[in-house]
Amino acid sequence: MTHDVALDGPTRTEQATTPPAIRHRRTPATPYLLLIPTLAVLLLGLGYPLYWQVITSFQEYGLAQQFGQPPTWVGLDNYARIFTDDALWAVVVRSIAFCLVNAFVTVGLGLAFALLMRAVHPVIRVVLQVALLLAWAMPMVAAVTVWKWLFDYRTGVINWLLVQLGFSDFAGHAWLSQPLSFFFVATVIIVWMSVPFVALSIYAGLTQVPDEVLEAANLDGARPHQVLRHILLPMIRPVISIVLLLQIIWDLRVFAQIRLLQDAGAPVSETNLLGNFIFELGIGRQDFAGAAAVSIFVLLLTVALSWPYVRSLIKEDAA
Amino acid sequence: MSRRTLGRATLGLLAVAIAVVWAFPVYWMALSAVTPSARLRATTPTFWPNSSSTWANFSAVLDGSGFGGALRMSLSVTLVTVVAVLAFAFLAALAISRWRFRGRAAFVLTVLFVQMLPAEGLFIAQYKMLAGAQLLNTVIGVSVLYTAAVVPFTVWMLRGFVAGVPADLEEAAMVDGLSRTQAFLRITFPLLAPGLVASGVYAFLQAWNEFTVALVALPAESAQTLPLWLRSFLAASANRGVDWGQVMAASTLIAVPVIVFFLIVQGRMTSGLVSGAVKG
Repeated sequence: MTHDVALDGPTRTEQATTPPAIRHRRTPATPYLLLIPTLAVLLLGLGYPLYWQVITSFQEYGLAQQFGQPPTWVGLDNYARIFTDDALWAVVVRSIAFCLVNAFVTVGLGLAFALLMRAVHPVIRVVLQVALLLAWAMPMVAAVTVWKWLFDYRTGVINWLLVQLGFSDFAGHAWLSQPLSFFFVATVIIVWMSVPFVALSIYAGLTQVPDEVLEAANLDGARPHQVLRHILLPMIRPVISIVLLLQIIWDLRVFAQIRLLQDAGAPVSETNLLGNFIFELGIGRQDFAGAAAVSIFVLLLTVALSWPYVRSLIKEDAA
Repeated sequence: MSRRTLGRATLGLLAVAIAVVWAFPVYWMALSAVTPSARLRATTPTFWPNSSSTWANFSAVLDGSGFGGALRMSLSVTLVTVVAVLAFAFLAALAISRWRFRGRAAFVLTVLFVQMLPAEGLFIAQYKMLAGAQLLNTVIGVSVLYTAAVVPFTVWMLRGFVAGVPADLEEAAMVDGLSRTQAFLRITFPLLAPGLVASGVYAFLQAWNEFTVALVALPAESAQTLPLWLRSFLAASANRGVDWGQVMAASTLIAVPVIVFFLIVQGRMTSGLVSGAVKG
């Protein structure tokens, strides 16, 4: 396995350059031994699947191969086939739009809630924080199930409430059967689940702003919106950019929420996002090569989006 | 009242209103779980528990088919994952925070990078791999995938804790005559306990809640984890008009351990999440 190579390599090269007396202390085997279990499970659980996926995306891998026929190399055929398919582009556009709307709404609300927490009495702040923690802690499947009931066409609280408010058209309104209102419900659920993390992270960032700076601003007669624009926002910018990037990455790979909502009878082809498209192509239609090609595309998209974040973390680690 | 106090009061009211809206789905789940099904079918909802509240939904779920098996499956998978993740991540965190060695930077980079791989981009290959190894529908198969998914973040989290215990403490103990291992076990290990607990709970939450990998790796009804079971319970119930009381009782049973554990460690996790990477 690969980590054996990693074990041998450094020992040999260092032997050549270090004087014998220190060599033993400089190149101990212990840290390498300690890394073996983690490396092994990463290789098995993620490394090999990634390798399989890359290879398969260049092969013909359909039903015949399922029954033992050796796969043949087809070069970029799968990519060509997938990327000339209008269905894929519809899903890509839908996924990116959904991802951006959800990420920006989440971070916008999270920022507003964090500023609100800073402004209110400590007791009210704790009440709000506990409410957010409850939503954050809800297991995803349970959360989607509860929301499905809130939006239930017959006995759901949302329709009942809208009717009470005078919108009588909503009596018996089926939210999940139309793509647009389906994605509205999905957005409500995802924003509800994601805002707590963003709000509490940004609030944690706000508490780092030194009191002296704010006092000085007050003495100079700064108005609240000036304090916000010229002191608070610049100081929490790093937190905002990291949570925004994380939200974009996470919202691009939304799968389970959509899958669970589709169970209620939504038009699947019009409500699929990228993850659901891969699932349907691979597990559903047994087109493993096509599914692998789309997966590689999603991986590259994610890597491209997360690269600035990885780089900032590496810099932080070096510091 | 001055304008300032009035403004503050308005903001306070707004905050309370948001808190109510945000907590409502959780409250509604718990309330519905103790509400008799007949009352839930009424077109006018009732918002408070009253004398007709009942534990019947819970006993129906617990006596019904599937819950026990799914609970056992979830417990096994979670236990294996938590133990493996803690052991592996602890050793790796020790290696990268106590030694400077060649390949260290590459390993740290790998750990960071692996967290960017979306599970939704890998499940086809993971499914094929488990199918090839005859490990579909097994605790071992799914635990390997969960461990691989969770271990990078826990390495990152524990690394901070290990680095927080000064190596001087161990060296002082070694001067006093303890061996390196003894010094580690008696001095450093107890100081790492909070970090191990936090990472363990994090691994627990991930494995207990996981849905996507379970959906592909555990296709058999007999091997369902609780999230998969809840989904099929809802689907089965949908055919005869959803029994929301039982569905909400089932959701509550799955959610309560998570909410309890989460509230215990969330402070530690929030700081770890911001400096680390992955969301729960």
